Amino acid sequence: MTALGALIRRDIRIALRIGGGALIGVLFFLTVVVLMPFAVGPDLALLTRLGPAILWLGALLASLLTLDRLFTADHEDGSLDLIIMSRTPLELACAAKALAHWLAAGLPLVIATPVLGLLLNLDATATGAVALTLLAGTPALTFIGMIGAALAVTMSRGGLLLAVLVLPLSIPVLIFGVAASQAAIVGPLPFGAPFSILCALSLVSFVIGPFAAATSLRNGLD
Amino acid sequence: MSLIDLANPTRFLALTARLLPWLALVTVVLLGAGLYLSALAPDDYQQGATVKIMFIHVPNAWLSMFVWGVMSIASLGTLVWRHPLADVAAKAAAPIGASFTFLALLTGSLWGRPMWGTYWEWDARLTSVLILFLMYLGLMALWRSVEDPTRAARAAAVLTLVGAINLPIIKFSVDWWNTLHQPASVMRMGGPALDKSFLIPLLVMAIGFSFLFITLHVAAMRNEILRRRVRSLQMMQARAYQGNAPASGATSQIVGAA
Repeated sequence: MTALGALIRRDIRIALRIGGGALIGVLFFLTVVVLMPFAVGPDLALLTRLGPAILWLGALLASLLTLDRLFTADHEDGSLDLIIMSRTPLELACAAKALAHWLAAGLPLVIATPVLGLLLNLDATATGAVALTLLAGTPALTFIGMIGAALAVTMSRGGLLLAVLVLPLSIPVLIFGVAASQAAIVGPLPFGAPFSILCALSLVSFVIGPFAAATSLRNGLD
Repeated sequence: MSLIDLANPTRFLALTARLLPWLALVTVVLLGAGLYLSALAPDDYQQGATVKIMFIHVPNAWLSMFVWGVMSIASLGTLVWRHPLADVAAKAAAPIGASFTFLALLTGSLWGRPMWGTYWEWDARLTSVLILFLMYLGLMALWRSVEDPTRAARAAAVLTLVGAINLPIIKFSVDWWNTLHQPASVMRMGGPALDKSFLIPLLVMAIGFSFLFITLHVAAMRNEILRRRVRSLQMMQARAYQGNAPASGATSQIVGAA
């Protein structure tokens, strides 16, 4: 456990310091949300209706953008090889790295949501609902994305391939995240059903993500 | 003749060379019979002649999922048993599966225009099949972006198995969500809801398309094996050339300059 704790602490520290770039994701999130009124027009009623979808799309793209940091930096300086060779099971190490990545890059997106909700004319209930669904859904995005990051780590043009591989797999998370937010805002369906499915998707990704990522890391780097 | 015997690519090539003409013959006969029976099938009292799109659309849709299933089994063969032909099978199946998926989407769209009044509708079945199509393309992109075939095979195998989660979602999407696409009418509890005059041509077409897949798949696997042989021969040639005078001369020059 101490090894995993040390790994999590190290990853968060690296991500938050100069050159880490975790908070660039939040800046990107802000920029995407600011772009939307230019594209659809500054109609506040329309923005209120589209708000949850815009926030979810922005969070999805922002988390995708930071994903290639998950393994590439460690691969370049050789620490990934040490992690693979260490006695800690690689699956657990992958889970720890994804958790650290979510704490450094995913959680700030959730925290930024209330501010961005103001820009999109969302009221308190709507902002709360979107933030809650993002809190439940972004871990799934990180853990699913980790599979793509592990596949792309050894390739020269991994970044674009990563997006192509990960986006189709994250569509269910997007569907149920937006469905739960809309249910909380306008109804008529209950909030609980899509929100439970969203939580279930996160839990399933906790199981599948580390195993698939560890398998592809072992195969890609031997 | 078990799967282990087929692990030898030479034996596989010899066997399939004899098998392939017969497979092609069966495919042609079945598809010909299926098309003839489809033409004889009566018009639907609601849909008119457009119902005959079903005889093309449904087999393609079945195969789009079946091919991913075949690739998943082949991926298990790659990851678990390291079967040498498993990754060849997985790689050869991907473009064929993508084609079936594209044809299912295309014929469904052409069928949807007169029936639903729209070429495209964001309903659960259509969306999940579109995701399947995107995953086929992503998988082919992955195959093309790794140079070493055995390494590409293992990366693709992981992605194939993760993507297999989409298959039950597609199969049951029409039952879970109440959508525009009609629910299952052939493979369902309590027997098929389809009339015999439609069911028999449909089944013949489905078997014909399955044989089409098997034929194309075996042919593509043969091509892939031959392509790999050419590749390894070229690499041997390059290595032999490197061992000769010009290459070693260049090396000594570099060493001398250093």
